[in-house]
Amino acid sequence: MSDSCAAPDQDAALPASVDLEKETVLTGTVVNDEGELVQGAYVRLLDGTGEFTAEVVTGEGGQFRFFAAPGKWTLRALSRYGDATGEVEAARGLNETSLAVSR
Amino acid sequence: MAREDVLVTADWAEENLDTPGVVFVEVDEDTSAYDSGHIKGAVKIDWKDDLQDPVRRDFVNQEQFSQLLSERGIGNDDTVVLYGGNNNWFAAYAYWYFKLYGHSSVKLLDGGRKKWELDAREVVTEVPNRPATSYVAGPLDWSLRAKRDEAEAAIGVKNLIDVRSPDEYAGRLLAPAHLPQEQSQRAGHIPTALSVPWSKAANEDGTFKSEAELRELYVDEAGLDESKPTIAYCRIGERSSHTWFALRELLGYEDVKNYDGSWTEYGSLVGVPIALGDEPGTK
Repeated sequence: MSDSCAAPDQDAALPASVDLEKETVLTGTVVNDEGELVQGAYVRLLDGTGEFTAEVVTGEGGQFRFFAAPGKWTLRALSRYGDATGEVEAARGLNETSLAVSR
Repeated sequence: MAREDVLVTADWAEENLDTPGVVFVEVDEDTSAYDSGHIKGAVKIDWKDDLQDPVRRDFVNQEQFSQLLSERGIGNDDTVVLYGGNNNWFAAYAYWYFKLYGHSSVKLLDGGRKKWELDAREVVTEVPNRPATSYVAGPLDWSLRAKRDEAEAAIGVKNLIDVRSPDEYAGRLLAPAHLPQEQSQRAGHIPTALSVPWSKAANEDGTFKSEAELRELYVDEAGLDESKPTIAYCRIGERSSHTWFALRELLGYEDVKNYDGSWTEYGSLVGVPIALGDEPGTK
């Protein structure tokens, strides 16, 4: 059990305790106009009704990761290079998405 | 209480970086953020190492808090401006401590680290050298902190505000969606608790919504009874500090407590009532 509600390092490998047979993981990267990975982007996960669920900050690899449930989700990225929004229909296991931010 | 008494803007902060008697403090769980760059002159407080008791599940006591602030070079008369990551959760949590231990002048930087970064404002890596002080914390103010029995006794009696995400409230998730879901405690919420996720009190850039918007959110939409005391809780008490700040410091309700044991405590208690689903449930 995590003893905080803060987001762990987004570049770290998936913890061994995470069972992809059971967990629904939404992951991906944030890129800018030039196609460069964006570190320090704020990525939030909104549920099917548009309600905020969680937020993480991308690390050096521009990566984000959420542990959710199967269903429809919205990803929203804010960064100094601009913003982006993406829709995901998640299934159990790994679900990968890329977010391209622009002004 | 006016907004400017408890919140400072990023512009105000930038103009007061060198003002004597103003101390900026970054509060985070992951202090590598501070190490990679922080507001000039800011000292750091580590949410876990500095603010939690190293052995028992509790936070630092009056003596430990006095020692911490003395080491950081913070005086009783200083105006402390707190900021941090995660939309100021940890900064709001520390703000609550400063109030619990009777510090007279403490404010939050509106938007915290997030707005500062999105604005591309200056950060530095040099660590300030503040001479130690002899800080004296006051006795813990129990009018701001709820314990487990009080949370249970509040069912159907006081306003209980559950500030976790809707899925955590309903019992569909046990933790925020950026964390793995394996947990020991039961899922759900304290019966009669209203669901007002902390995030509804904040704008996308991490700043707090206006007082008019907040009042509409809690009173008109959620149904908070303004004539009753309020207890806010989340999973471990930091997101609920953010809501506690909105209710007590911005909206000015006098009897608002943070239940820092929150769901990781309540959801592990034997025999207490729990409600499942999207509705508050009954006593």
